[in-house]
Formats: sequence, structure tokens, C-alpha cells
Amino acid sequence: MEKRYFNPKIELISKEELRALQLKRLKRLLNKVYKKVPHYRKKFEEAGVKPSDLKTLEDIRHFPFTTKEDLFVDYPFGLLSEPLEKVVRLHTSSGTTGKPKALFFSKRDVMAQAELIARSLVMSGATSKDILQNSMTYGLFTGALVMHYGAELLGMLVIPAGPGNTERQIELMKTFGTTCIHMTPSYALYVASVILEKGLKPGKDLKLKRAYLGAEPYTEETRRKIEEMLKIEVFNCYGLSEMGGPGVGFECPAKKGLHIWEDAFLVEIVNPENGEPVKPGEIGELVLTSLNREAMPLIRYRTRDLTHFILEPCSCGRTHIRIARILGRADDMFIVRGVNIFPQQIEAVLMGIKGVAQNYQIILEGYDEMVVKVEFDRDFFDGRIERLLKLKEEITEKLRQAIQVRPKVELVEPGTLPVSEGKAKRVIDKRTL
Amino acid sequence: MEAVPVLSIFAENKPGKLEKITEVLASEGINILGFSIISVKDFGVIKFLVDKPERAYQKFKERGFTVAKVLCLGVELEDRPGGLYEIVKLISSKGINIESALVYVAETRKKAYFVFEVENLEEAWQKLKDEKVNFLKASDFINE
Repeated sequence: MEKRYFNPKIELISKEELRALQLKRLKRLLNKVYKKVPHYRKKFEEAGVKPSDLKTLEDIRHFPFTTKEDLFVDYPFGLLSEPLEKVVRLHTSSGTTGKPKALFFSKRDVMAQAELIARSLVMSGATSKDILQNSMTYGLFTGALVMHYGAELLGMLVIPAGPGNTERQIELMKTFGTTCIHMTPSYALYVASVILEKGLKPGKDLKLKRAYLGAEPYTEETRRKIEEMLKIEVFNCYGLSEMGGPGVGFECPAKKGLHIWEDAFLVEIVNPENGEPVKPGEIGELVLTSLNREAMPLIRYRTRDLTHFILEPCSCGRTHIRIARILGRADDMFIVRGVNIFPQQIEAVLMGIKGVAQNYQIILEGYDEMVVKVEFDRDFFDGRIERLLKLKEEITEKLRQAIQVRPKVELVEPGTLPVSEGKAKRVIDKRTL
Repeated sequence: MEAVPVLSIFAENKPGKLEKITEVLASEGINILGFSIISVKDFGVIKFLVDKPERAYQKFKERGFTVAKVLCLGVELEDRPGGLYEIVKLISSKGINIESALVYVAETRKKAYFVFEVENLEEAWQKLKDEKVNFLKASDFINE
């Protein structure tokens, strides 16, 4: 297949040039926020750093993080680094309590984010001939509007459907020959099931080719399921309002991780506990600096999302770094015998073992003991206890290798653990300290 | 091949588990002809030789138990000192490893069978079929 790029010069930029560009933008950014944003100046001073201390990209680790809490200091305009008259767009993101996070964008910011989307859409194979049905929420949420602008920049026909009203969604798809959809994975599953219930034949009655699914974490299994149901390709996309919404991370046709456009973002992965960089390829919290944002740039923003770098060069030719699909939230981390562990590390090991079913539970008890309850596959049981003992041994050993702590593994019957849902309680801490 | 089906049920080591399992058989009027329990710390496997294996298998499945059918060989034991010894000696002389076993007393003080599970059933059968022993046939006890 012919490889196409929206902006080949920047997408195929050499690593050296990319680093030089990042350094140039980062220096400019630090100077700007130091000068124009009192809160940043205060934070830098407290940390004992000045913008001129940054000589290399690595020096960024001496600069303070920005957290969700910082967004509420001098709220709502306190972190603006441009006068309000330059701001053209407000988006908000629901906080867990009270006020929503308020994010501002200049005209240049809106167009710059649109370009990131356009690059990503072309990366997935889309062209100006495609028709995008945008079924995310239009409004204060970034999801729909930011995608909308990007798709228009590419020249796609955009159907601003918004979410819900599944009957109408399917009618729109049929009437206008929608080729691409943008929605949440859970809604895509629902829409797909309704399409099949109606007896519609994807590929015949519908012209769908691609789905861009994001705004909530999902698994490879869910991707495969939707791809199979609708006979389409599903591309995982990642974004957060603080970084401009969708278009931050996007999959290429290799579908092995999400590229982050590094001319726009400085990407770090740190240990959520102490903020130190993790070893290359290790799981940690994604930290982003918006290098190219004009109105409200954020320095070292703690996303609380867990992922790891994929370091091998990508077959698509793009030099921009890849991260694994979001594995969960940094708040899920727990410590056993001094080792930081994420449920996602355990899940990754378990899902790679034949004979293991979907559900598991981690119980911390006694003197720092870790018990992992694992459901085995019903079909795996052939009546022989030896087979179960081998499975248990395999799980124990592979977990020990992955997390450096030897857990006590208990095999339990399928269907006996609480069903896994997005936010299933995977870790039960009974330790008393 | 004269192989006989034995039901194997996974059981977490929890009070009442064996009660629940045997209740299924009792309520379905299925007769237990022989059984064994193997337990390793937190879980175990309970094996039954029953007169209605297919029905029992279905009922266990329906009620959400983790159950498997395992084909075993059954060899008649002589009811005298050394009876079991002779049979086990024969099996081990053929290099066959017994993975689990139970005893089925067909007629009290008269006729009993040593029912055992091996890793490779076909191979074990080939090694034993021409020996002068009586094999338990499925038709000897299955009543469904």
C-alpha cells in the first residue's frame, strides 16, 4: 500500500531534528510561562529553577510537575499565558469534585490541534473522500469539536451526529454512506450490536471502513470484537482536554501502540510515586508538556494515565514515539514489600497465559502478603489436577518475573470472582499497618 | 477399548463444597459406585464413578460446576491378600504411571475393580489388553 502523510516533513523528521525542535520549543515555552504566568514563576522559584537552567531536554526533570490541582489556582484564567482577547475557545473537563477544569485555546491552538487530528486521520488511511460520522458529545467536552475541525481540515465530509439516538445514527450511516465513525468504544459496541440485530450487513448495507474509538480505556479483545462485528478497522485514539483533546495519541495501521506527535508534546513516563523517570519500556504515569500551545500551555502535566513506551522503530516510518494503549490510572498503584505494582502489570501477565479466564483479584493481607486469585478457563479443566498445578506454577513464576514479588496464586472456578467492568475493584487491601 | 467414564469435579477447599456436589447426585437419583478426593492446599478434584455418567455430567454443568469426563481403565481385583498388589505390579511393570485411582466394589466381598487414570489411555490399553485380567466395561454399570 502506498504510504501517505499529511505533513511528511514533520511526520518523518529524523530523531535528531525532532529533539532539536523540541528543545527549541521547550526553551521558548519555559521562558514564556516564567514571564507571563505568576503561578508557574512561583512554582519554578520554589523548586529553585530558572528557564535558563534547561540546557538539554533531559533537564526538564528538574522542573516542577503541573497537576490537576494547579488548574484550580487563580481559577479560571490564572494559567493563561496570553491575554484573554487572544482566546477563542473554552473547553472544560469534569473534575471529580465541584468546578470543572477550564482549558483555553487561541485561534492558533485550535488549528494546530486540528492539524494533529488531520495527520492522524491520514495515518489511518483516510482521505478527503471519506465521510466521518462524529458521534462524540459536541459542547464543552473536547471530543467532538476538536475531531470535527481536524476532519474538516483534511477535507472529509463531517456529519456532526453527536452521541445517542442509535436509530438515527444507523439511518445517517445508511443514507449518507458514512465510512468512518468517531465514538466511545462502549457506544461502538452497542451500535454494532443494534446494527447486527437489525440484520444489516456491514460491507453491504453500510459502507463503514474505520472507527476511531477513544475517551475511555478498552482492551484488545474489545477492539477485535468491534472489528469483527462491523468488518472495519478500529483505531485507538487517546487524548485529554488538558492537552487539547483528541489527537494526542493515535494508532497507525501497525496498531502497535499510539504515536504521540512529539513536535507538539514532550513525552515523559514517570514513577507515579516519586516522579522519577521509569526505565525505558517500564510502566509508569504519562507526563506531557504541550510544546506548541499558545494560550494555556501546561508544563509536565501529570495525566495519571498509565502506559509504557514502545521503543522499536515503527513500520509506518513515522519517527514520533509510541506508547502502549492506556493501561489504567496511576491511582491504582499499590506497594508490596517495597515494590510498586500496578494491577495492569498483573493483568498483562495473566492474559498472556493459556488456560486463564478474564477475571482476577488481588488481595493484600497479613504481613505484606499478596494473593492473586485467578479464574481458570472452564474448557481448560480436563479433570486432571496435575494440569491445574502446572498452571498455578506457571502463573506464580511469570508474575514473579514481571513484578519481582512472589505472589501466592489461588486458582478459582470460573464465575466466582466479581465480573470485570471498567472500574472493577481488582485490589483489596486488608493489611493493617 | 474397554474404557470407562469417570467424572472429575473441581472443588475449592471450602466447607460445604462436597455436600453441594453430592447433593446434585442425590437429587438426580444418580448412584455413586466409587469416588476419590485429591486435595492440594486450596483446591481439590473429586472423582466419581456413577451409574448415569452422562446425566450427571449435564446436571453438574447446568448447576455451574467445573466438571470434566475422564476415560479410565478398570481392572478386576481379586478379593484376597495381595489382590491390589498384583494389579498395581502389573501396571507398573508396563511402565504405566497411575495419575489417580478409585475402587469400585461391584459385589461386596466378591467383586471389585481398580479404576485408574493414566496420561496416555490408548498406550496403556495396548500394553494391558492382552493380559489375563478382567476389564470393567461401561455396560457393566452404566444404567441410563
